[in-house]
Amino acid sequence: MRFAFTVAWRFLREGRFQSLLIIVGVAAGVAVVTYISALITGLQSNTINRTLGTQAHITVKPLEERTQAVRPAQPGELALRSIQPRAQRPRTLDDWRHIEAELQRTPNIAATSSVASGAGLAQRGEVTRAISLLGIDFDSYDRIVSLRERVVAGVARVAPGEALIGKQLADDLGIGVGDRLVLRAGLAGSDTLKVAGLFDLGNRDLNRRFVYVTFTTGQSLLGLPGGATQVYARVDKLFEADATAKLLRDRTGLDVESWMDSNAQLLSALNAQSISTGMIRVFTSLVVMLGIASVLVVSVVQKRKEIGILRAMGATRAQMTQVFLMQGGIVGAAGSTLGVTLAKLLLWGFSTFVKGSDGQPLFVIELTLDLALTVAITATVAGVLAAAAPARRAAQLDPAQAIRA
Amino acid sequence: MSDEPAKTPPNAHGERPADAQPLIKLRGIRKSYGLDTPVPTEVLHGIDIDVKAGEFVALIGPSGSGKSTLLNILGLLEPATQGEYWLQGRPVSALSDAQLTLLRSQAIGFVFQFHHLLPAFNALENTLMPELIRAGSISAEMKKTGLSLLASVGLADAAHKKPGELSGGMQQRVAIARALSRNSPLVLADEPTGNLDTHSADDVFALMRRFNTERGTAFLVVTHDPRLAARCDRVITLVDGAVKRD
Repeated sequence: MRFAFTVAWRFLREGRFQSLLIIVGVAAGVAVVTYISALITGLQSNTINRTLGTQAHITVKPLEERTQAVRPAQPGELALRSIQPRAQRPRTLDDWRHIEAELQRTPNIAATSSVASGAGLAQRGEVTRAISLLGIDFDSYDRIVSLRERVVAGVARVAPGEALIGKQLADDLGIGVGDRLVLRAGLAGSDTLKVAGLFDLGNRDLNRRFVYVTFTTGQSLLGLPGGATQVYARVDKLFEADATAKLLRDRTGLDVESWMDSNAQLLSALNAQSISTGMIRVFTSLVVMLGIASVLVVSVVQKRKEIGILRAMGATRAQMTQVFLMQGGIVGAAGSTLGVTLAKLLLWGFSTFVKGSDGQPLFVIELTLDLALTVAITATVAGVLAAAAPARRAAQLDPAQAIRA
Repeated sequence: MSDEPAKTPPNAHGERPADAQPLIKLRGIRKSYGLDTPVPTEVLHGIDIDVKAGEFVALIGPSGSGKSTLLNILGLLEPATQGEYWLQGRPVSALSDAQLTLLRSQAIGFVFQFHHLLPAFNALENTLMPELIRAGSISAEMKKTGLSLLASVGLADAAHKKPGELSGGMQQRVAIARALSRNSPLVLADEPTGNLDTHSADDVFALMRRFNTERGTAFLVVTHDPRLAARCDRVITLVDGAVKRD
C-alpha cells in the first residue's frame, strides 16, 4: 500500500495542472452537495420549528359526537336515509390526569400538558376582540411550546388573576404590562385579569388571538369544572409522531392527532424538498465520479510507459491497480476537503449577507460535523470507485507493449 | 577503459560461473503474433540458446530479426508460443503471472534504449525503484546502497536530480544502477547505447563491462553497433527469427 501511495502521489504531482483541475472539479461538486444539503436541512428545520413552535406534536381530544343510523342496511337491502349532524356541545377530558399518565408511559413521548381552551372575548373599555383562551399550567406547557422564551415584556408566568397576551392584542386593546382587561368566555361569565406579560409567537394572527391564563381560570371561564379540552404532548422523534399517535389512539380510544395529520401539506412539501436534494446529490456525485474516471483513464494512457517499466521491474498487477485506486482516493479526499471548506465559506456568506427585513439572518444554517464527514467520506469512496475501471485497465496492460508504446 | 574483453572472475570454489549450470536455457522457442487471425506471423523460428552465469553476450541482427521479441521472452515480459525456457534451472512456461513477476524482480534487471526512468522520481529513487516495489518504502540502509551504486556509476552528485535534469548518458547510467540494485544475476539491455553519442556509448558499455567483471552479473546486450559487439565475450547473430551465428 505504501508503494501504491508513493507512486500515486508522485503521478498526481507530476501532472500538477491536470490533478489540480480534477481536484477543483471534485471540490465544486462536494461544495454544491454540502451547501445544498446544509441549506435544505436548515430550511426544513427552520420551517418545522416555525410551524411546530406554537403547536403540540400530538393532541389528544375527546371523540366527536356523531349521529349513528338507527338500523344499518342489511346485505341485499337498499336503505334510503337522511342523517342530520347533531349540534356539538362542549366536551371535556375529565380523566386528563390518567390520560397524561398513559402518554408519559408511551415511548417517544417527551412531555405532556393538559389545556382548557375555548373561544372568548377580550375587552378593554369599549374595544372588544375575539380571542382563543388557553388555560395552562405554565411550566408543563412551556415544555411543549417554548412560551417562556417568547415573552417579550413583563414576566413569563401565569398566576391566578393574571394573563399573558400577545403584543398585537395589547396594541389593539391599547394596554400594556400591569394593565387590566376583561375576559369573557362561554356562558359562564367573565373575569378581570391583570396583564403579567406580553409574548411574541412570531405570528401576528396568534399574537392577536392567544390569551394564556392559569388552568383553573381557564376551566372556570370556559365552564369546564375539573375537565380539560386537550392533552398536548411533545415527542422526541418528530417524524415518528404519526406512529405514536396511532398507538395512543388504539390505547385510549380517543381522538389523537399528530402534527403530521394537521400539517399534511407541509409534510409533503418537506418530502418533495428531500427528494429534490437527494436527486441533486446523486447527479452531482455521478458527475464527480465521471470526472475522476475520465481524468484517470487519460492518465493510464499517458502513463503507459511508466506502468510498463514498473511492471518490468517487478510491480504486480495488484500493485498497479492499487496505484490508480489510490489516485482516485487522493483526488476524492483532497477534493472533498477543499469542497467542504468552500461550502463552509458559502454558508458563512449566506448567513452573513442574506438577511430578512428585520436585519436578522433568514434562518440558521449549520454545517454539522456529521454532514461534513459523510460528504467527505462519500466523495473519497466515490473517487476510489471511479478509479476502478482505469485501475483495471492499468493492471491489464501488457508490459512489453506498454514499454514499446 | 580497456577494449579487451575481461575474463569473468572465479567464484569461492575456484569455478568460473560460466562453467556452471546455464543461467538461461532456451530450447525450440517460437513466437507468433496474430494467432487469432487467419494469417499468424511467426517472428522466432525455434531458438536454442544457453547463457551461463557471468557471461557478457551481444545479440545482434538487422531490424526485424526478432531481437526485441527474444529479449521480451527472456525478460518474462511476454510468453513464447512454443518451446521451453529455463531461467536459473527453473522452467518458466508453467508459472503464473504473479510468479513470473516475482521471478523477474529477483532475477532480471533491465536497461532500455531510452533509459525509461520514471520522470516523477529522482535518480536515487529511480535506482531504488525495484526495492521500493518490493519493500513498499526506502529504508536508510537501502538509501546508502543506492547512493553507493550511483557513486559507482559516477553520479554521486546527481542523486537528487530528476531525469529531466540529466544528460542522455547520465540517465542511462542511472538505468544501469537501477538494473543492478537488486543484485540480479542477469541484466537484459535493449540497445543501451543506441541513443547516445560515441563517447557516452563507450562510457556506458565500459560501465556494464565493469559490473560484469566485478559482480559476475551476466549481461545480454542487444546492439546494432559492431564495434561494441566485438568487445563482448560472445556474439549471437539473429537473422529472420533464427540464430545464424553463435
